[in-house]
Amino acid sequence: MADSPSRVERPLSPHLQIYRPLFTMVMSIVHRITGIGLYFGMVLFVWWLLAAASTPSAFAAYSWLAGSFIGLLVLFGFTWAMLHHALGGVRHFIWDFIHGFGPQERMLLAKATLAGSVTLTIVLWIIGLAVKG
Amino acid sequence: MAEFTLPKNSQITTGKVWPKPAGAKKLTEFRIYRWNPDDGRNPRIDTYYVDREDCGPMVLDGLIYIKNKIDPTLTFRRSCREGVCGSCAMNIGGTNTLACTKGMDEVLVKGVVNVYPLPHMPVVKDLVPDLTRFYAQHASIEPWLQTDTAAPEKEWRQSKEDREQLDGLYECILCACCSTSCPSYWWNGDRYLGPAALLQATRWLKDSRDERTGARLDNLEDPFRLYRCHTIMNCAQACPKSLNPAKAIAEVKKMMVERHI
Repeated sequence: MADSPSRVERPLSPHLQIYRPLFTMVMSIVHRITGIGLYFGMVLFVWWLLAAASTPSAFAAYSWLAGSFIGLLVLFGFTWAMLHHALGGVRHFIWDFIHGFGPQERMLLAKATLAGSVTLTIVLWIIGLAVKG
Repeated sequence: MAEFTLPKNSQITTGKVWPKPAGAKKLTEFRIYRWNPDDGRNPRIDTYYVDREDCGPMVLDGLIYIKNKIDPTLTFRRSCREGVCGSCAMNIGGTNTLACTKGMDEVLVKGVVNVYPLPHMPVVKDLVPDLTRFYAQHASIEPWLQTDTAAPEKEWRQSKEDREQLDGLYECILCACCSTSCPSYWWNGDRYLGPAALLQATRWLKDSRDERTGARLDNLEDPFRLYRCHTIMNCAQACPKSLNPAKAIAEVKKMMVERHI
């Protein structure tokens, strides 16, 4: 009440804690996370360029790390994050033209983004490993 | 800014388990968020059992049963009981909806009906959130017909096609299910107008009789007011009237671009 002498501090009702995760909402969060991932992934790319531009030993050290299991795992994750974020961008582009908002369409778009990014990542790696020999 | 945890005074504790109604054969368990401004304690979850043979099928029927027969202190808003007034909007089974149009059996999570107030809002008592800011945001989009032309002798005429432009927009009952389902509104509700207010803004932008389209767009052209919408789509999923605020907001964004080309 406006005229009550001691105003009580009102609690904030629970939100993330209780909201049932919806697929479209989770995909939005993943889009955010992959975006942040790409930001840090770029640091690794810059490191690669710097190593290539500095000394042969620096490049050899980078190549060894990038070729290790951890290095390949990070690169695999980076590939997926890149493709997922890119397809997410395409999804936003479709929305910008006022398409894909219906209940079935938005689920289909979300599923297609995930399926597409996973498939493309695997295909790209198979091609990459085949070319590398 | 995004705060993922609840402040200290908002953390939920375990509450009371109320006795089962005597002689009842078919029971449904309700777990309900309780907070009393007068006892100085944190919010808690109380457990009740509703006798299904003595109660209607909707969640609101269950709440009224509890209030009438078990615990008269349980506080919630309700009025029309047919999805027209928007008073009984709350978070049921993890989704924002109207208690009056949602069947108990539709929302069971492991056999339990979980009921919370609309998310990320200040709580007045139990299931009653403070909607002051939500209404102020609606007022800020100036939801009335604005014209420069002198008023006609009778009504402002509108073609059938122009009137159809308002379908899917005018039906909003301002229950706040959409806005309080939106993570963007949770984190930036002080600056982002939220899906409900923006759907209403669209309703006036699309009205063929309104002559302040430019000023209305100017009012929305802001990194927060409009553009905090990231098309998360919780709003469209939550709306008990099956409206699509996300789509309405996308249309406003498109209008913003179109007026610059």
